[in-house]
Amino acid sequence: MTLLFESLFNGVAIGSVLLMAALGLAVVFGLMGVINLAHGELIMLGAYTTYVVQNIFKLEALKPCFGAYIFVAVLVAFMVSAIAGLVLERSVIRRLYGRPLATLLATWGVSLILQQFVRTTPMAYASGLWMTLLLGLLMPVLLPQRIRARFRALHLRVAGWALALAGGIGTAAWLSGISRLSRASARNVDVTAPKWMRGGIELGSLNVPVPRLFIICLTVVAVIAIYWFLNRSVWGIRIRAVTQNREISDCLGIPTQTVDALTFGIGSGLAGVAGVAVSLLGSVGPNVGGDYIVGSFMVVVLGGVGKLVGTVVASFGIGLLTDVIGAGRLLEVWPSMPPTCAAVVEFFATTSMAKVLIFALIVAFLQLRPAGLFPRKGRMVEA
Amino acid sequence: MDSHKPEGIRLLGRVLPWLLIVVLAIAAPYALPSFRLNLLGRFLSLGVVALGVDLIWGFTGLLSLGQGIFFALGGYGAAMHLQLTCATCSRSAGGIPEFFGLYGVKQLPFFWWPFHSPWFTLVAIWFIPGLVAGLLGYLVFRNRIRGVYFSILTQAALLVFYNFFNGQQKLINGTNGLKTDVTRLFGQMVGSDIMQRNFFWLTVLCVVVAWWICRNLVRGRFGDALVAIRDDEARLRFTGFNPTALKTIVFAVAGALAGVGGALYTVQSGIVSPQFMSVPFSIEMVIWVAVGGRATLLGAIFGALGINYAKSLVSEALPYLWLFIQGGLFIVVVTALPDGLVGWWKKGGVPRLLARFRGAPRLATYPALELEGPDKPRITLKGDQQ
Repeated sequence: MTLLFESLFNGVAIGSVLLMAALGLAVVFGLMGVINLAHGELIMLGAYTTYVVQNIFKLEALKPCFGAYIFVAVLVAFMVSAIAGLVLERSVIRRLYGRPLATLLATWGVSLILQQFVRTTPMAYASGLWMTLLLGLLMPVLLPQRIRARFRALHLRVAGWALALAGGIGTAAWLSGISRLSRASARNVDVTAPKWMRGGIELGSLNVPVPRLFIICLTVVAVIAIYWFLNRSVWGIRIRAVTQNREISDCLGIPTQTVDALTFGIGSGLAGVAGVAVSLLGSVGPNVGGDYIVGSFMVVVLGGVGKLVGTVVASFGIGLLTDVIGAGRLLEVWPSMPPTCAAVVEFFATTSMAKVLIFALIVAFLQLRPAGLFPRKGRMVEA
Repeated sequence: MDSHKPEGIRLLGRVLPWLLIVVLAIAAPYALPSFRLNLLGRFLSLGVVALGVDLIWGFTGLLSLGQGIFFALGGYGAAMHLQLTCATCSRSAGGIPEFFGLYGVKQLPFFWWPFHSPWFTLVAIWFIPGLVAGLLGYLVFRNRIRGVYFSILTQAALLVFYNFFNGQQKLINGTNGLKTDVTRLFGQMVGSDIMQRNFFWLTVLCVVVAWWICRNLVRGRFGDALVAIRDDEARLRFTGFNPTALKTIVFAVAGALAGVGGALYTVQSGIVSPQFMSVPFSIEMVIWVAVGGRATLLGAIFGALGINYAKSLVSEALPYLWLFIQGGLFIVVVTALPDGLVGWWKKGGVPRLLARFRGAPRLATYPALELEGPDKPRITLKGDQQ
């Protein structure tokens, strides 16, 4: 019984990280048909953001509420990755709609640039750059109507970006005071969890680590939020309309370009939230995104592209299987297994071999159901 | 165009490039320092791989992100043979390669046995990768898995192989890979200058042969069918062809080419390791072809040579810069140069560029303008309103 619960919990924990990483991809790939190989690097940005926020909260003034930094980090990480995604969409991906293979190659280029950017740029300057972008993009929205009406658009825009630049430089200068953020380094950094998050909770005979629980909760909240957003909110309905038929949506007055940018921004933002989860699990480095990207694509494909339910089921399924195979659970359940079977189970009972078997199983499964677990209903034209 | 020229010049035009290649290939080992020669040889063997990528991506439209599998399989084949000949010639570790001793393995794993034979190895370095590619391709194509799904699946397959090779110390020395440069072949150290020179000539020969095979493949009806798959697969199927078989064949050929390239690369770089199957390396192969020119065979070879030379030069001078440049290349090639450099050249890119510098007026193509003259009011298009 304990074994069952332990396995179940581990599986759900692994699955929730996968789901968190794949959720943004399910939006971007499933709804827009864009292959974003830079998704892993957006996760990485989220993880680094957690580190920066944590360091800011170590300053004297904010020390008392250090325990709450993780919640601030979730919000900031969402915004950091969302803005990175917005810039990416407006500059590169916008030109490539309808050419998924081209988006694949271009976003791979972006991911290389982002990795190297993190290696060579001090985090303080990167934060400054991000602040500039944030202020510059928000300025037209933030300024009151009275001021906007009085000046010419061009002047306003120039002044807005100048202000944003000043804000960015200010942020960079302020953060340069924190020694850990002032120098560039290709080495991994470690995020320390706040005090309340260390250790574990006793549930019956099971010791549950709190960070894992936090990630599971984060995932549940994120899934519910995105589900509500896509199915209930006005913009979500517009997004789905554009997904189904772009021309007709355009005719009905839906601003399709805004919808594209919004969808991509939200997908990227979810990657940032995944980054917070990832930073709690291990050290954060420039290559951290690469560990998640292929896995999350497999989750989306296995679940059925364009189906949120499929993504959820697939990631928990993969998580459970990973635990069952990787920890050699079958041997514990059934110790008197014939020796040949036992040898096979032991052969796959490591993390990397479990991955081998699971990917092989997924490829085999797609032989039977090429459209994944939850294929889209109705006849579709072959893309 | 050629028909206007006299017979002699045409013949010269045909023979001259080959003469040039032969002269350059023979002269290169004497003109270049051994380090540069080694690099050139390695990059040429990557050119063989690029030819395969061009066949499947440039002509057939299948973007495989798993060519590293076949590349590494070829490399491992060559390295296993060399390790075995070395072990048997020295008799130091009981007739099995030395690294097995580290993990307490006393008996050679069964799949190493055939690699004692040089003939088997010579066949295996292209046949095994080709076979694996054919099997993988058949399974995927049979279900009409296409486009990006194919790319993602090949990438997953790459990770399967990578993790497998990485984790199996007792079978193939895991992460450490197999070294070849201190092994012996024909009584010579593989890493020695004289052997490296021979390998260089062998590589040049292989590039030329591979190019010739690919050219013949893409020129006939087979090539037409491949291009048809790329441009409209459903239509090809409706006209009675079987795209599955065609795609499987071409994928197997590309796999075999990658295997040959991998074997040549391994003997010249001195080691084969699971890093050959890393995700970035397999995607890099695509950019060689993309920069050189999709669906142009020479473009693939030159792309592989050019990008890798640029990489080694930039990395020597400014190591942190290369990834920025490579990333930028991906974006620029996809958005601005979809035909690659050779394609751009062939489609008259140079005259167009020159014309732009000279400020030549753009040709007006409004039919109304030509029919009625410039004075008459013409239909305004959407873009003309301002």
